[in-house]
Amino acid sequence: MAPHLLRDACTRQLGPNAMSQIQIRLNGEPYTLESTLDTSVSAADLVEQLGLSGRRIAVEINETIVPKSQLADTRLAEGDQVEIVHAIGGG
Amino acid sequence: MTQLTDTPLAIAGREFNSRLLVGTGKYKDFDEAGAAIAESGAEIVTFAVRRTNLGQEADAPSLLDAVSPERYTLLPNTAGCYTAKDAVRTCRLARELLDGHNLVKLEVLGDDATLYPNVIETLKAAETLLADGFDVMVYTSDDPIVARELEAMGCCAIMPLGSLIGSGHGIQNPYNVRLIVEQSQVPVLVDAGIGTASDAAMAMELGCDGVLLNSAIAHAREPLRMARAMKRAVEGGRDAYLAGRMPWRQHADPSSPFAGRING
Repeated sequence: MAPHLLRDACTRQLGPNAMSQIQIRLNGEPYTLESTLDTSVSAADLVEQLGLSGRRIAVEINETIVPKSQLADTRLAEGDQVEIVHAIGGG
Repeated sequence: MTQLTDTPLAIAGREFNSRLLVGTGKYKDFDEAGAAIAESGAEIVTFAVRRTNLGQEADAPSLLDAVSPERYTLLPNTAGCYTAKDAVRTCRLARELLDGHNLVKLEVLGDDATLYPNVIETLKAAETLLADGFDVMVYTSDDPIVARELEAMGCCAIMPLGSLIGSGHGIQNPYNVRLIVEQSQVPVLVDAGIGTASDAAMAMELGCDGVLLNSAIAHAREPLRMARAMKRAVEGGRDAYLAGRMPWRQHADPSSPFAGRING
């Protein structure tokens, strides 16, 4: 079944607030995203879930930079490789 | 009275009065790092880019609070990268982290035991970064031919090692550093190996345009005092270079005149 048909079927059966799970890799580790079936999770949502909103970070998905201005519009998909980095001491 | 002047250190169109560049690693905490860096008088400060610690408190202090981008020119580095690809990714992340700031310190390492630069990967990474609009200050070996290649490609500063990173062995091959200084049109900075103030002074007396160091201050018993020592050593070495040292002589040459001695 095509994904959108499956989603529609699930929504009919389970209601609009049913949860689905997406597996990504976050900073090299497996990470499970929860989302309701009628909304997808954005990179900005992930940053917020992690408590990193407003902090000086940079986000890369599948080895491509996601500029801050595009975090909210970037949807996460199964298997995405996400890196979130910050500045630390070094020489 | 004669004014003793010097030209500023010019890197990629920016000008700096301090010729000492410092790292932010190995300090006890951010407060100590911030205080030592302030004492050093450095205007360019390098830092590393790493994965965030997931699950850390949202209000955990950040390095960039202690070393603010408003006060310092921040120089993200690619420490820990062993391939050109990783170094390029790290630089792009750093540019995003610093809102488009494109000055980076490129270092691509060869192995864990020596952290010696892998110049082949360094050349590859430099090519990609320069094409992508970065200003690249490049950590490299003290090989003058490699240094020349990196300059010809467009790197904005050549930074040969004095000795291995974190070793404190000073400048092991001053002749090569001198060769690189002589041939280069862009600034040359000794990066890595500085152990104490005399090493930093030596780099400047060789004609280097600056010195980049981290461990020598952070691992001194008193980092603040060593930061001040390094500031003075770089200034002293620079002045000694500009002043032009006296010639070496095989035999003694008295400073006091022979004429008029009471036993004459």
